Amino acid sequence: MNLEEYKGVYVFAQQVDNIVNSIAFELIGKGKDLAADLGCEVTAVLVGSDVKGLADELAEYGADRVIVVDDPELKEYRTEPYAHALASVIQKYKPEIFLVGATAIGRDLGPRVSARIHTGLTADCTQLDIGDFPLNPMPGKEQKHNQLLMTRPAFGGNTIATIACPDFRPQMATVRPGVMQKRERQAGVKANVEEFNPGFTPNQNYVEILEVVKAVSETVDIMDAKILVSGGRGMGSPENFKILEDLAEVIGGTVSCSRAVVDAGWKPKDLQVGQTGKTVRPNVYFAIGISGAIQHLAGMEESDIIIAINKDDTAPIFDVADYGLVGDLNKIVPALTEKLRAELANKK
Amino acid sequence: MKVVVCIKQVPDTKGGVKFNPDGTLDRAAMMTIMNPDDKAGLEAALRLKDQYGAEVTVLTMGLPKAEDVLREAMAMGADKGVLVTDRVLGGADTWATSQTLAGALRNMEYDLIITGRQAIDGDTAQVGPQISEHLNIPVISYAQNLKIEGDSVIVERQYDDRYHVLKAKMPCLITALAELNEPRYMTPGGIFDACKAEITVWGRNDLKDVEDSNLGLKGSPTQIAKASDKVRKGAGEKVTLDPAESVEYIVGKLKEKHVI
Repeated sequence: MNLEEYKGVYVFAQQVDNIVNSIAFELIGKGKDLAADLGCEVTAVLVGSDVKGLADELAEYGADRVIVVDDPELKEYRTEPYAHALASVIQKYKPEIFLVGATAIGRDLGPRVSARIHTGLTADCTQLDIGDFPLNPMPGKEQKHNQLLMTRPAFGGNTIATIACPDFRPQMATVRPGVMQKRERQAGVKANVEEFNPGFTPNQNYVEILEVVKAVSETVDIMDAKILVSGGRGMGSPENFKILEDLAEVIGGTVSCSRAVVDAGWKPKDLQVGQTGKTVRPNVYFAIGISGAIQHLAGMEESDIIIAINKDDTAPIFDVADYGLVGDLNKIVPALTEKLRAELANKK
Repeated sequence: MKVVVCIKQVPDTKGGVKFNPDGTLDRAAMMTIMNPDDKAGLEAALRLKDQYGAEVTVLTMGLPKAEDVLREAMAMGADKGVLVTDRVLGGADTWATSQTLAGALRNMEYDLIITGRQAIDGDTAQVGPQISEHLNIPVISYAQNLKIEGDSVIVERQYDDRYHVLKAKMPCLITALAELNEPRYMTPGGIFDACKAEITVWGRNDLKDVEDSNLGLKGSPTQIAKASDKVRKGAGEKVTLDPAESVEYIVGKLKEKHVI
């Protein structure tokens, strides 16, 4: 493998039902930073059926170039044709870096592609930098420059590791949604759009889709919320979430929850914050009746302001809270809602 | 019908995490359990045994002490256990691990391979799909339900806002979510039998069609630059006030930060 042949930062622009997932814009945003360090371009790889029209949106979020792989076999996500699409793009265009979102799709697609083309894949990254590997010069080992340094939590957030892939290309990573910043959308900006179809012939690895069942959900995506009012086991009952909904309504927030609440069947999984749920970074995160297991902290500790209310003053949530209140949530929360209602009414 | 379940002995993350000087995990120094997603995969296989008389083999790669996790699986009802252990396999990343397991699987008979979605130590979710690629069989990840129909498997595959009902011809690989089921307990009789059961132990030379350059630390494309305990943002203020004062306090902070 001649590493010098591999150039450019590529990102997988995930779309479902011809709607681009926010992770695609986040990857473009981060990709622009990396590309600036390397002096190269960012290419978005758009895969699907009748998706060419989405290329402009990717350009407006910063993609310099868009490669479109458009084929009827790609209408719904399936591992094999999507893996064939990405592996073919990589073989033809030889990217230096290839980023994929760590979504339910990307975490299936990434490993299959990396195994096909024989390169390393670092999972669920929360930070990406360009730097030297090894970080410091080591006797007897060549120090390589301009390497992708991929940082990720492991052990349920107990540890953090920085990984490099010095001898294989592309350097591949899946990236946690909600962590990287997308750029401001620049209306009217265009990218070079190139179509590429490697040919799709069904084989034994193509699975058959018998049915697509969409969850009916009217809830706002908690990853987009500016204020989250999050409840844990300490809420005591599903009915008691009413006091959180009231608070959320008054302050313009959204209700989310901890894993214990989902496990108990009180709330659906799409509201779960944490390692096995969603990573959120709202402006304000209220942690109410949440003890703060390390897996929960991993999903919310990047929030700008964390306000915790818990009756147990040894709860680990207080270790990350900016403002921690030891007390009875059943007394504090309704009173807070009323006070805020009055304050905000005065402002109008 | 033959089912192979790949299981992993993982450090219990509630205990401490320890590293070797080279940044890889010091697995020998930590308490261990059967990885939860793998246990759900095993339970799914045992239900196929109950329903269709499937033969269930558990496969693991690890230190010699990983034999314990195979015996635990056999005490739950697995028929056979295979341990792949060899010094040259240590320090493997997901590429080298999946190469190792694929090399072992080429020497085994299977209609279905089940792995957990991800292990709680690495959280990568990569090894299952990578094994399927090396063996050139279909993969269905994130299975929340599964049944057999003739020579095919029908699986509910979970996504963020939907699920797909997928049908794949066997042989095929499935990665299981812990939500798939509630794993059974070991039985006293099962524990007794499992203690005496013979475990097949394989080394490097028992792996089929795998090159040395794809194994162990040397065969791993990814390398650790740095590993450390996570530095957390420090605690802020913690106060104990009566409810009315608490409300004043929070509202004051929200104003100070221009939230309201």
